[in-house]
Amino acid sequence: MEISVFLQQSINAVSLGAIYALFALGYALVFSILGVLNLAHSAVFAWGAFFGLVALQTLQLPAVAGLALAMLGGGLLSVALELVAFRPLRRRNASRIAQLISSIGAGMLLVNIAQLIYMALYNTTEAYYPQDVALLPFIPTEPIIIGSLRIAPVRIVILLLALVIMVLLQYLVTRTRLGQQMRAVAFNRQTASLLGIHVGRVFVLTFFLAGAFGGAAGMMYGIAFLNVTPFIGNNVALIGLTAIVLGGMGSIQGAVAGGFIVAALQTASTAAGGSSYRDAIVFLLLFLVLLVRPQGLLGQPENTRA
Amino acid sequence: METVIAGFSALLDALIQVLRPLGISEPVFQFMLVSAILGLSIYLTLITGMFSLANAGFMAIGAYTGVILTQEAGWSLAGSLVGGMLAAGLVALPVGLPVLRLRDIYLAIATIGFGEIVRIVALNFDDTVSSLLTSLNGERTAFELLNGARGIIGIPRLTQTWMLVFFLIVIIGLILRLHRSRLGRAMVAIRQDEKAAASMGINVVYVKNVVFILSAMLAGAAGVFNGHLTRIVTPTAFDFGRTVDILAFAVLGGTSTVAGPVVGGMALAALPEVLRFLDEFRGVFNGLVLLLVIVFLPGGLVNPAGWRRAWQRVRARIRPASETAAD
Repeated sequence: MEISVFLQQSINAVSLGAIYALFALGYALVFSILGVLNLAHSAVFAWGAFFGLVALQTLQLPAVAGLALAMLGGGLLSVALELVAFRPLRRRNASRIAQLISSIGAGMLLVNIAQLIYMALYNTTEAYYPQDVALLPFIPTEPIIIGSLRIAPVRIVILLLALVIMVLLQYLVTRTRLGQQMRAVAFNRQTASLLGIHVGRVFVLTFFLAGAFGGAAGMMYGIAFLNVTPFIGNNVALIGLTAIVLGGMGSIQGAVAGGFIVAALQTASTAAGGSSYRDAIVFLLLFLVLLVRPQGLLGQPENTRA
Repeated sequence: METVIAGFSALLDALIQVLRPLGISEPVFQFMLVSAILGLSIYLTLITGMFSLANAGFMAIGAYTGVILTQEAGWSLAGSLVGGMLAAGLVALPVGLPVLRLRDIYLAIATIGFGEIVRIVALNFDDTVSSLLTSLNGERTAFELLNGARGIIGIPRLTQTWMLVFFLIVIIGLILRLHRSRLGRAMVAIRQDEKAAASMGINVVYVKNVVFILSAMLAGAAGVFNGHLTRIVTPTAFDFGRTVDILAFAVLGGTSTVAGPVVGGMALAALPEVLRFLDEFRGVFNGLVLLLVIVFLPGGLVNPAGWRRAWQRVRARIRPASETAAD
C-alpha cells in the first residue's frame, strides 16, 4: 500500500474512532456506575444527530451551538430513560436482564418517535447535513491538501473535540468531588448511600453525561457522513458494545481504546477490500473477546461465566 | 388422512369467520401462528435461564434453507421444514458450545453479534461465493442463490393455516411433555441456580446446548413457514428489530406458562390489525408495550400471581393510606 493511502486511511480511522469512543463512553459510564447495559443509548445517538440537524438547518444556529444542543438534548433524553426505564425496575430489584429489556423497549420507542418526526418534517426517513460544516468557528472548510493527502478539517476538529471531552470526563471522574461520589456509588451503592451520597442524583448525572456524549457522537457522525436517519443508531449500537467489551465493560479508558481499535479494524478491512464484511469482522472480534477474555483487554475480571 | 385435514380446515375456516369481524383475516391469523412459534422458541431458552437473542438469526437460516429447498431442489414443504429445522439446529451446535458458557448480558451481546453476522453473511453470500469461484476457475463466474439485499422473491405460498395450527399444537404438546420430563426439570433447576443444579449432578452444558438447539430449530421452522407466507426472504427481515419483536412476544405473554409466549405472540401480531389506526404507530406501540409490561407487569399477561400482586398495589394506591396495612 502506498504511504499516502495509508495515511489517508489512518486519518479516517482516527476520526471515526473518536466518534465511536465518545459513543461507547456512554455505555461504559452507565455500566460502570449502575452495572446495567443501556441498549437505548444508540437511540440517544440517533436523536443527537437529529437535534444537531434541526439546530443547523431549521434554526440556522452556528455549529458549536448545535453541538451544545445535541449534547443537552441527548443528556435530557438519557435522564428520561433513567427515570422511566431503569429507576422503576431498580426499585423492585429487577434483574439486569429485565433492565436490559426495558432499555430495548425504550430505545425502540425513541427510534420510532424519531421516525414519525422525520416523516412529518422531511416526508422521508432520510435527511442530510449541510456539507462543509466546520463545527468550530474560524476553521476553514476547504480540505487541507498535503501532497496527495486530502484532509477535511472537520475530521481533525471532531478528533480534537472528542479528545477534549474525554479528558474533561477523566478529570471529572478522578479529580472532583462529584467524580469521587460516582466512584463510591459504583463501588457500593448502599455504603455510598449510608455515607450521605445522594445516589439517585449520581445516577441522574451519570445518565446525563452518557446521553450528552451519545448526542455529541451522533451529531459528529452526521457531520462526517452527512446522511442521517432515525435508524443510524443501529449502525453503531453493536460497534459501541464491541468497543466496551474490548476495553472491558465499564472501563472508561477501555471504552475509548475499544472505540479506536474497532474503527481501525473497520478501516483496515475496508482498505483490504472486504468492505462488505467490515462489520462482520468487528462482530467476530466481539465474539472472540467474549469467549477468550471476557473481562476485555483492559478490564477487571468480573464473574461473566457460569 | 385427507378427510381429517379437510375437516380440520373446515373447522379453522369457521374460526376465521368468527375472527374476521375483529379485523383478523386468514393471512393475519397465519402470522399470529408464526409469531406464536417464535415466542415458544425464545420461551425455551428463557425458562432455562439463558437470555439468548439469536432467534432472528436462526429464523433466517431456516427461512433461507427452506425456501432454497422448495425452490431450487423441488422439495415439498414438509421436507424443507425438516431441512430448515435441521440447518438451524446444525448451526446452533457449534455456536452454542462456546457461547452458552457466557452469562446474562454477556450472552445477550454475543448472541446479538451472532444474529448480525448471519444477516451480513446472507447479504454478501452471493458476492463472496462468486468471487471465490472466479478465483478458483480463473474466469468470471456468476453465482446467484440468496440474491443479496434483494432477497429471494416469488416464493410460492405453500404454508396453510392447518399446517401452522397442527405444528403449533404438536409443539405445545411436546413442550408440556418436556416440562414433566427429566430434561424439563433440569432446565428449571438451571434457571434457579446453575451451580446448585451442577452439584446435583445435572449436566449443565448438555442441557443448555440441547435447549439452545431446540430453540434454534423452532425459530428455523418459523422461518420456513414465514418464507412461504410472505413469499419473499430478505436479510433485512432478520435484523435486530426482528429479535426485539420475538423478545416482546415472550415478555408480553410472560414465561411462567407455555401459554404466555403463544398469547403474547398472537396478541402482538394481531393488535396492529385489530387497531387499524395504530398502523403508523406500530413501532411506537411495540416499544411502549415492551416498556410498560416490563415495568408494570414483569410476569407478563399470562401470569395469575403477577396480576394478583398488581391489583393489590393498585388497591393500595386507591385506598387512603390509613386503611391499608403497611405493605
